[in-house]
Amino acid sequence: MVYLTRKAEFAASHYYHNPNFTPEQNLATFGKCNNPNGHGHNYTLEVTVKGKVDPQSGFVVDLKQLKDIMNREVLDAMDHRFLNKEVPEFLHQIPTTENIAIAVWQRLMPKLKSAQLHRVRVYETPDLFVDFYGEAA
Amino acid sequence: MKAYLTRRYLFSASHRLHSDLMPDDWNRDTYGKCNNPYGHGHNYHVEVTVSGKVDPATGMVCNLVDLDAFVRSQILVRFGHQNLNTLSDFKDLVPTTENLCIRIYEILQQGFRHAHLEKVRMEETMMNSFAYAGGKELRD
Repeated sequence: MVYLTRKAEFAASHYYHNPNFTPEQNLATFGKCNNPNGHGHNYTLEVTVKGKVDPQSGFVVDLKQLKDIMNREVLDAMDHRFLNKEVPEFLHQIPTTENIAIAVWQRLMPKLKSAQLHRVRVYETPDLFVDFYGEAA
Repeated sequence: MKAYLTRRYLFSASHRLHSDLMPDDWNRDTYGKCNNPYGHGHNYHVEVTVSGKVDPATGMVCNLVDLDAFVRSQILVRFGHQNLNTLSDFKDLVPTTENLCIRIYEILQQGFRHAHLEKVRMEETMMNSFAYAGGKELRD
């Protein structure tokens, strides 16, 4: 089994707000991330797939195909967007780094054919990242 | 859904690698220039990984405010700008980054209650790093 990781970057804005919370609860829980006008990050995405090395091609996965899938399924939807308003998953879900990692996994999982998705890592900043391995709990 | 959240922190400290139980030539042979009696320092990067169910109400594994407050008060203040050899943590322990990594894991394990601790990873320099997960195998 060989693991292959491809990186991508996207820039997006978001804010944290739960409509079921009072304004005071929202501010206490989310602090300055609750500003309704939003703020932004340069996100770095790392997608790790695993599989056997194909003896003919020497590839775990065709990197061009993986790049195209990441571009189409994730970057086209999230890059230079206001996540809360423009990405369907986040119309009713808070676009935390945790939920972004889960959404990326769910977007990529059905599209990957030859290789198995192992991990989605999303960096919100160089000092904060979330890993998701597709675990329910 | 279960996610893993990692936060990086930075502190600077000095240390000297020396075991009082062993003769001086053993210390010099084993620790080389790290055995210099006056000590030397590093900028330590600490990566703390916690895991848990993503709370549907907040979208979070744990609130970063809680993690930051704990790490700041219990780890960064305790070790930052200190000579590690003078601390009670290293009274009977050589302050290698292996031992420092284990000590920081133990402090988090004993005191941090907002999420499950997965591992602590430390970079002593850009060229070396150490990780400890309470004796468990690391995932990646």
